[in-house]
Amino acid sequence: MYRDDVVVLRTHKLGEADRIVTMLSRQHGKIRAVAKGVRRTASRFGARLEPFMVADVQCYIGRSLDIVQQAESIGAYGADIVDDYGRYTAATAMVEAADRLTDHEAGLQHYLLLVGALRSLARAEHAPGLTLDSYLLRALAIAGWAPSFSACAVTGVSGPHSHFVAQLGGIVSDAAAPPGAPRLDPDVIELLGALLSGNWTTAEASDERERAQASGVVAAYTQYHLERALRSLEHVDRTPA
Amino acid sequence: MYEGIVQELIDELGRLPGVGPKSAQRIAFHIVQTASYDPTRLSEVLAEVRDKVHFCARCGNIAEQELCVICRDPRRDPATICVVEEAKDVAAIERTREFRGLYHVLGGAISPIDGIGPDDLRIAQLVRRLADASVTEVIVATDPNLEGEATATYLTRLLVQPGLRVTRLASGLPVGGDLEYADEVTLGRAFEGRRVVDA
Ligand SMILES: [Zn+2]
Repeated sequence: MYRDDVVVLRTHKLGEADRIVTMLSRQHGKIRAVAKGVRRTASRFGARLEPFMVADVQCYIGRSLDIVQQAESIGAYGADIVDDYGRYTAATAMVEAADRLTDHEAGLQHYLLLVGALRSLARAEHAPGLTLDSYLLRALAIAGWAPSFSACAVTGVSGPHSHFVAQLGGIVSDAAAPPGAPRLDPDVIELLGALLSGNWTTAEASDERERAQASGVVAAYTQYHLERALRSLEHVDRTPA
Repeated sequence: MYEGIVQELIDELGRLPGVGPKSAQRIAFHIVQTASYDPTRLSEVLAEVRDKVHFCARCGNIAEQELCVICRDPRRDPATICVVEEAKDVAAIERTREFRGLYHVLGGAISPIDGIGPDDLRIAQLVRRLADASVTEVIVATDPNLEGEATATYLTRLLVQPGLRVTRLASGLPVGGDLEYADEVTLGRAFEGRRVVDA
């Protein structure tokens, strides 16, 4: 038996009325456990084990899968997130990325980053697309793949540079760039750097065109490191509110 | 493992939803051992159901003709359309006897993580049905869980327009569950207390 704070990443139906719940925890990395009877409308778990929810759970260690015994809500972000389609699709891409980037040894940083990003989405602090792109860059950085948006990722020569090459780790100098490598506008590079460092004043000052280009870069960089695309990413709704 | 065809039967039964290995074995042995049990009728029905049953051309409910029995019923009120995820939700709502309008079955809920976006559901067909100005109310009765709520949010934003009331079932349904598990009384109350939503 163990107890921990978790954020629910996703759920899968199991049998008649149960679900397998995939959770990212504060101390135990990623956990998969069965929530019995959770699909019945009278379930004692209610919505506490739905994706995007933060809860204090107690689990039995089972033979194949652990079993959720108790769940108390810590952060009920689901309702505010599903209230807006842009927020919902951004949150879905975040939990899918978290699921792909973590395992049972995932550290506290992944947990804190995801909970912070979901809380920010629920409170509508920023445009959902910006919150998502910032989350992806920072989650990849925690995983050891921090992109460079100022110094050349190959030579370390300080910028400004304008070529972006995901395979080389971010922005690279003219000398290091392979032929045909795409160039980015300085404003787009500045936005990417702001999203990575959490400089929201700069990020909020960007326009729609810059955001669209930055999203493309983040998607390419994410896909390169995760080896296959996040399924949710193509469904992210970036319609300005 | 059992010999040849008995094991094949157990495997086939075990592939059905809700039938675990133990139940599959119990059903297989019942069929094999019970002299009075004649499986002919079951095998006929199974073949027939595959052949005759498809989805209603208008609402997506299961149907034996081009239109389902609800769409063909002249006593149903065509001004109200209740939107549900699955055909089994139609059955759950019919049991409440609260609703006299028509249905629209989406075929699931929006779930980007499973690769299901709005274009993968029967949403365009719903929009086409609403082009007919005789529809005055759409009741969104997706499951009271996260994907269901998100689908309702998407539909509300898409459908709200002058002259059309978009309503959502009352929150008497505890969130987290599947609509098919709601009892008739709770579901009936949720219908009565439905509220208008705006985009
Ligand atoms: Zn029909």
